Amino acid sequence: MKHPDFNQTIPIDEVGVTERVARLNSRSIKKDSKVQALKLALSMIDHTTLEGSDSPGKVIQLCKKARQPHPAIPDLPTVAAVCVYPRMVSVAKKELKGTDINVASVATAFPSGQAPLFMRLEDTKFAVSEGADEIDMVISRGAFLNGEFSLVFDEIAAVKEACGEAHLKVILETGELHTLENVRKASDLAMHAGADFIKTSTGKVSPAATQPVTLVMLEAIRDFYYKTDKMIGMKPAGGIRTAKQAIQYLVIVKETLGAAWLNKKYFRFGASSLTNDLLMQIVKQETGHYQSLDYFSND
Amino acid sequence: MAEQRIDVKKTYKMYIGGDFPRSESGRTYKAFDSDGNLLANACQGSRKDFRDAVKIARGAFGGWSSRSAYNRGQILYRIAEMMEDRRDQFMRELGPIGFKAAEAEADINAAIDRLIYYAGWTDKYQQVFGSINPVASSHFNFSMLEPTGVVAAFAPEKSPLLGLVSVIAPIIAGGNTCVILASEEFPLPSISFAEVLNSSDVPEGVVNILTGSREELAEHFSTHMDVNAMCYTDDLPKGMKKMIDENASLNVKRIIKRPVKDWYSEEAQTPYFVTDFQETKTTWHPVGY
Repeated sequence: MKHPDFNQTIPIDEVGVTERVARLNSRSIKKDSKVQALKLALSMIDHTTLEGSDSPGKVIQLCKKARQPHPAIPDLPTVAAVCVYPRMVSVAKKELKGTDINVASVATAFPSGQAPLFMRLEDTKFAVSEGADEIDMVISRGAFLNGEFSLVFDEIAAVKEACGEAHLKVILETGELHTLENVRKASDLAMHAGADFIKTSTGKVSPAATQPVTLVMLEAIRDFYYKTDKMIGMKPAGGIRTAKQAIQYLVIVKETLGAAWLNKKYFRFGASSLTNDLLMQIVKQETGHYQSLDYFSND
Repeated sequence: MAEQRIDVKKTYKMYIGGDFPRSESGRTYKAFDSDGNLLANACQGSRKDFRDAVKIARGAFGGWSSRSAYNRGQILYRIAEMMEDRRDQFMRELGPIGFKAAEAEADINAAIDRLIYYAGWTDKYQQVFGSINPVASSHFNFSMLEPTGVVAAFAPEKSPLLGLVSVIAPIIAGGNTCVILASEEFPLPSISFAEVLNSSDVPEGVVNILTGSREELAEHFSTHMDVNAMCYTDDLPKGMKKMIDENASLNVKRIIKRPVKDWYSEEAQTPYFVTDFQETKTTWHPVGY
């Protein structure tokens, strides 16, 4: 495949992007469609814990919630994956045995990526050998901003190779890329280098996922699909806390890429508190009563 | 020049999270004086306004309930100070809705005094109603009061200032946060009281005041799972009372009915209005002999 010249910049109309997002957000999704959207969003969650204080106990609790989000409604969909640090992969893998919930692991010296390449590759190989089905890597933002695009490209390709069978999600950390042009360029670069998914953020940098950034990335995915016939997945992560936001994201995906992307194979939410808000909204739709977090389990 | 001037009228909006928003529904209703002349439009709050207010009250609960009792007292005292400063405004608003000058003045005086009364109770009800309990084992056993949480309340219909203050003060004195539906017929003084709250060091979201219809909102006040107690003082229609009681069972909401006829009387202020919105926590602390 011929790669584009990454020294060329594709201009992005920031005002246009913001306005398109605003117009899509004005769409009203109610009643049955809302319930359907809420359940779909639930099935797309990468249920995440990425704290220095994570322990096996915390991860086990997270996995239990992933398997059965709300015991009062047993027929709810499960989340798509559980996302943890490499050291916790084996715990999660054991807990999720017999389900179709994937174990995703961040790797490559997450969240900064500031470790030598060989260590980042070892990190990745370790996570895969522990049983991770998906790897969330971070790109070298410093090198990218420095204009060392080939270096970033080669690193992604090397991590992809280290992943083997595991799916690779490439975190662009858009909060550190400053412009939408850079977001577009990093998206193109990641997809050409072998990403299966492109992901906005680590969740450790503010701003995390925003809708304009997501729209730009989705358009990059669309153009890549037209060019290569390959469907790349999208994962906004960080800062998505409410069901309302989640539904807005689904609308943006549907209108940019179409229904083929509206499933957990091609779209994920990286989130932790979103799960409970979705559950509260689903119960609200069923009972008609506004809900309280007091009646939903933590994590 | 002077005679050509056009009055600048106040827009009466609701009070949610320290802001004065209109209803998300965009609806309003007319508030009249006692002769049937239009005074102003008031917002007709919707269930979504109520939902937003509860969310904000829940968010404010942690901070407010962990303030020291003394500090809550200071803030209640501050509300009284600010009210004292705005007597003229309340006189102007109570006049047209049927209060004679002397009555309006008495109403304002009583409202200010009521705030001082509950300001005094904030750091005393714990001593009076908490207890050390004799037990037959080697434990130090004591009971303490803790605030119930988010309280939703219907303010009295016929006493838009004194009645409103008498309902809000004991709720927040005890560390709760609240969402209050103002008098439907006379909403304007209640919103002016919100302006007093807004300039009195009361953290945003501790008191939220909606205007609108009881008939419409009673269901949502009583069903909301994140509301821990609901309070009303008027005699409600029988069907509404029954519905509120039944709905409250969903999350075992406390329903506090305080039928106060006369807001100037002794029955209108009591520390039991504070303890109505408190939960007792008893601790068994092992001790060795």
